[in-house]
Amino acid sequence: MGTFRRPGREPSFDAVAGNGLINRRALLGQGIALAGAAGITGTTGAAAEPLKDEAWSLAFGEVTPALQTPSRFEKDVTRALSNPKGEMRNSHARTPHHLLNGTITPNAMHFSINHCGTPDIDPAKHKLVIHGMVKQPLEFTLETLSRYPLVTRPHFVECAGNSAPMFSSAPLQAPAGMLHGLVSNAEWTGVPLSVLLDEAGIDPAAKWLVAEGADAQFLDRSIPVKKAYDDALVAIYQNGERLMPGNGYPMRLLVPGYQGNMNVKFLRRLKAVDQPAYSYFETKNYSQVLPGGKTWRFHFLMEVKSFITNPSLGHSLKEPGFYAISGVAYSGNGRIAKVLVSADGGKSWGEAALQGPIAPKAFTRFVMPWKWDGQPATILSRAWDETGAAQPLRAEFVAQRGQTKNPVATPLAFPNQHYNSVTAWGIDNKGEIKHVYA
Amino acid sequence: MSTRKSLVALLLVLGTGVALAEPPNLGRKISEADVKQWDIAILPDGSNLPPGRGTPQEGAKVFAEKCAMCHGDQAKGGVMPFYPALVGGQPLTNGIETPKTIANYYAYATTIFDYTRRGMPYNAPRTLTDDEVYATTAYILSLNKLIGENDVMDAKTLPQVKMPNRDNFILPYPDRI
Repeated sequence: MGTFRRPGREPSFDAVAGNGLINRRALLGQGIALAGAAGITGTTGAAAEPLKDEAWSLAFGEVTPALQTPSRFEKDVTRALSNPKGEMRNSHARTPHHLLNGTITPNAMHFSINHCGTPDIDPAKHKLVIHGMVKQPLEFTLETLSRYPLVTRPHFVECAGNSAPMFSSAPLQAPAGMLHGLVSNAEWTGVPLSVLLDEAGIDPAAKWLVAEGADAQFLDRSIPVKKAYDDALVAIYQNGERLMPGNGYPMRLLVPGYQGNMNVKFLRRLKAVDQPAYSYFETKNYSQVLPGGKTWRFHFLMEVKSFITNPSLGHSLKEPGFYAISGVAYSGNGRIAKVLVSADGGKSWGEAALQGPIAPKAFTRFVMPWKWDGQPATILSRAWDETGAAQPLRAEFVAQRGQTKNPVATPLAFPNQHYNSVTAWGIDNKGEIKHVYA
Repeated sequence: MSTRKSLVALLLVLGTGVALAEPPNLGRKISEADVKQWDIAILPDGSNLPPGRGTPQEGAKVFAEKCAMCHGDQAKGGVMPFYPALVGGQPLTNGIETPKTIANYYAYATTIFDYTRRGMPYNAPRTLTDDEVYATTAYILSLNKLIGENDVMDAKTLPQVKMPNRDNFILPYPDRI
């Protein structure tokens, strides 16, 4: 096996923290070239059967389809549904983070919440209107928006209720895709909202935009004009193709780093006003009761967060030896600056490698090399963003935000909103993984 | 466009991808009158409330016919777990998971009117007349003892309803507004 070492950059296999965490420099930047990997795993090639050609190599293959779908062997990699029978109520589909990797969520796997079903919108008839406190009300179509100079940026979208089961007084046993499946990350392409507002000539006294969708509740949220001029987009492409129906086809508002519900889908109207509307969703669902009964309103910001996707509940470690702990980190404030990982329940921490380029308000994948000795271990991650904001430890978080009186029974429950504390996975001496609090 | 101006525009596009010296101006000019049917957002000070009126007694009839099938008799819930009661509510001091209701949570009564008009009935949105929406709103407010049994709700009275939880909110990030 070849050993690739960069001059002046000796890979180190020194432990950087307790219970087997290895210096991230062992990853040699790209996360794959492990010098002496055989040495650290101790795995030797078991006597294998002689290689032979398999049946799929000995026959002409399938016809190339117009629209390709994953291998039949990947049929279990799907979103988890909250309303599989299609009852007349809201429906959620959660991203299976524990079965995915990288940072871009494939469009078919992007999370989706619909409060009154998904409208079947004809893009040739859909219109977006900007009016209210503007000099000239304007109407746009998908065709006219497509003629603008479009910008493309990766951004996460996270439901304010993502990770809500983590408010449970006891850890709920569910995989990362159920606990944290209401966040996804895509490359969005669209028109900067500031361009369209300038064309309409927004009144300086207008501090809010009421953004409204074309669904059967005309879902609306109040968006600060400040945010609209900062980095908001009217998005018309998602990972290079038109938006998925469940993600707002044919156009949605994108307010990077803010509550998912504010990224109004099926966007049809933006009304400039001088006060927030106190719409149903900003009045009720997407505001948080605090211990003592006060409430946070217009919280907006999805704060710095990370969770380990691999290994995590639903996986098992087959044998002691080398593993790469990896997961995603993101912050509504901007770029991820640092992720620390612990394998001993938070007693000691090592700095994980971040896979670049690191984009603001987008997923960053972290990787931490680890040698598991076959003994019980508790792994968890903690992220910091470029503003210095730290992902709170659970004890800190619960002291400020509280937890439920009784354990939460289902990952589909929303006891509260805006959970961004750590997630810990407990691994026993058989390699089985449970959700634990640490 | 002059060469210099074109260059500036190009540089702005390349540099930030957001600012154009000369905007494309592809929006079709319309008037507020064109938007009238869509312009349904009600503000908490009562801005944009339509003409019309309704009383709790009138609302009780509308509710029994078009709302009780999901929200239950007298809005007490119990039909299906996912269709909420619209009356009552525990104190928010009971815990962070306390269900948020009209009586224990909503800051403005205009929200009830707005949401009922834009999204209810769930299976037939935008089918209630404005008078029916005023009446249903009055009925729900009356069941929660937030107005009297004979109070008329209209564009003038609805914004004046004092909701008990109105002063219980905190802005965690005031500089973002």
